[in-house]
Amino acid sequence: MAMQSSYSDASASSVDASEVAKFSKLSEEWWDPRGKMAPLHKINPLRLTYIRDAACRKFDRNVRSLNCLSGLRMLDIGCGAGLLCEPFTRLGAQVIGIDPSATNIAAAKLHADKGHLSIDYRCTTVEEMDVRERFDIVLAMEVIEHVVDVGAFLDRCASMLKPGGLMVVSTLNRNWKSFALGIVAAEYVLRWLPRGTHQWDKFVTPDELAHHLSRNKLEITEQSGVVYNPLGDRWTLSSDMDVNYMVVAEEV
Amino acid sequence: MAAQRGIVIGGGAFAGLALALALRQGLGPDLPIIVADPALANRPSRDPRATAIVAACRRLFDALGVWDAVAAESQPILDMVVTDSKLEDATRPTFLTFGGHVEPGEPFAHMVENRRLIDELVIRAEAAGVDLRATAVTTFDSRADGVSVALGDGSVIEAALLVAADGARSKLRERAGIATHGWDYDQSGIVVTVGHERDHDGRAEEHFLPAGPFAILPLTGKRSSLVWTEKRAEAARIVALPDDEFHAELEQRFGLHLGEVKALDKPRAFPLGYFVARSFIGERLALIGDAAHVIHPIAGQGLNMGLKDVAALAETIVDAARLGMDFGQIDVLERYQRWRRFDTMTMGVATNVLNVLFSNDLPFVRSIRDIGLGIVDRLPPLKGAFIKQAAGLSGEVPRLLKGEAL
Repeated sequence: MAMQSSYSDASASSVDASEVAKFSKLSEEWWDPRGKMAPLHKINPLRLTYIRDAACRKFDRNVRSLNCLSGLRMLDIGCGAGLLCEPFTRLGAQVIGIDPSATNIAAAKLHADKGHLSIDYRCTTVEEMDVRERFDIVLAMEVIEHVVDVGAFLDRCASMLKPGGLMVVSTLNRNWKSFALGIVAAEYVLRWLPRGTHQWDKFVTPDELAHHLSRNKLEITEQSGVVYNPLGDRWTLSSDMDVNYMVVAEEV
Repeated sequence: MAAQRGIVIGGGAFAGLALALALRQGLGPDLPIIVADPALANRPSRDPRATAIVAACRRLFDALGVWDAVAAESQPILDMVVTDSKLEDATRPTFLTFGGHVEPGEPFAHMVENRRLIDELVIRAEAAGVDLRATAVTTFDSRADGVSVALGDGSVIEAALLVAADGARSKLRERAGIATHGWDYDQSGIVVTVGHERDHDGRAEEHFLPAGPFAILPLTGKRSSLVWTEKRAEAARIVALPDDEFHAELEQRFGLHLGEVKALDKPRAFPLGYFVARSFIGERLALIGDAAHVIHPIAGQGLNMGLKDVAALAETIVDAARLGMDFGQIDVLERYQRWRRFDTMTMGVATNVLNVLFSNDLPFVRSIRDIGLGIVDRLPPLKGAFIKQAAGLSGEVPRLLKGEAL
């Protein structure tokens, strides 16, 4: 597999040196497991496991293989600095990571270059992507609670799936508990996230999600709550979907 | 080409070789795994010592495919006796006996000669495509995104992780600036293999003599391996004695219950100490085995602790690699440290308490420990828990120690 990055010219002369330093710092912050993004690093193995296992079941792959996603084309929407893109690239997937933030994309490219990983990062949104692009796997992890029109967004995601493709969505449920834990606790008490990260009224219930997906002939085949266990300081899957949850959707 | 970078293991004794094999099994053939140790040039091994392999670690060797080859020459420990006596006592009252099975048909432990096991590990590692280099890791430079490891043969390897498996006086630990804390026991363990007239019937004995524990561990044939604790100066004197005088000291402690006894090799004294590294991990670095901890041999757990490190670290790395994660990252290594360091501290403290309690001839201390042993002996659940603990089957057990492949 060719491992050299197609973005090795990221620091070419057209880019201001101080800009590069800024992206480099941002990239280090994103990727420091003990830094600002520590909560995301902590939850990441669980997300990786959930997505990998769903993909291996769907595409009949061996989860023990270090190359278990080889040849699968994967879109990660809202990829940030690539915390999902890099692991899935190592597992053999051909990953396209998109994010509307140019600084995130620059940070992601810098980090992938360092690790000699070839990842197609683009500063764009699903709405702006070429309508002919198709993927085996589309990931919308912690993004739908930030979009303006969830229905339109999911329609667009669904249209990019190849026949027999797989979509994985994670988000926050909308009820009193998610308000208490997802906003008051996470943003104000524990300060895992900056204040104002989430607006509670944009959270999406599993029923609403299922409704939007079924309109696109997608059915939720798996769903799981994601809960934080303060004793073990780790995240685990749970039947409790009141706050954070993930779903796998496939064609009916 | 593998998408993941390789792993360099500094140190090719039990822990280093077992880790290399476990990783090869779990990670497949493409990821480079290098074991560097000048001692790999000395083949076959001439290590005269024998080691008790507890049930959990036998399962690990089984899962790694090395047990079958050493099984025929291993001696199962079928039964254990603990006594508490003064040197001049004519009889040694038995305070504790253990029937030695953790599961029906699975002995609590096996005695294996070190050289058999080392030779088999080397053969298997070579066959599995582990890159064995008879040279040392001379230096390394670890950064957030990787580690450059320089070997004595002049090569420099860019790896995801360096594992220090280079023993109690680990140079890699020192270079990483990881301190240890512990103490010296002012005791030495005299190690010698003896032959005896009568069969030991697979019975291990531990006699708590005034100077410390005197353990008789059964080997194949009419042979046993002794671990004999004395004050350091006394141990040095004893191992330097002429054969006939050494024999007298031996017989006084060993007794005549197995008939005539004689030393089969030259007795050697090893200083006993205890330490635990302040951290089992560093940037792109993990410590295993004696590089991470050395404990008193009173409970025969030293090597087994190292093999538990192997099982926990291998599982941590393999699980992370199968998620595509950069397994040398500190948050991945922290899982290994959480898994092992507490268990190690517990075992270190427990063996220290045992040693203080048993290397002591004060009548008051003796009566306390004898009451304690008597109680343990009469309470089957408590005894069962001790056996499970000693066999390495308590707590969150790594898959390899359950005999499962990674």
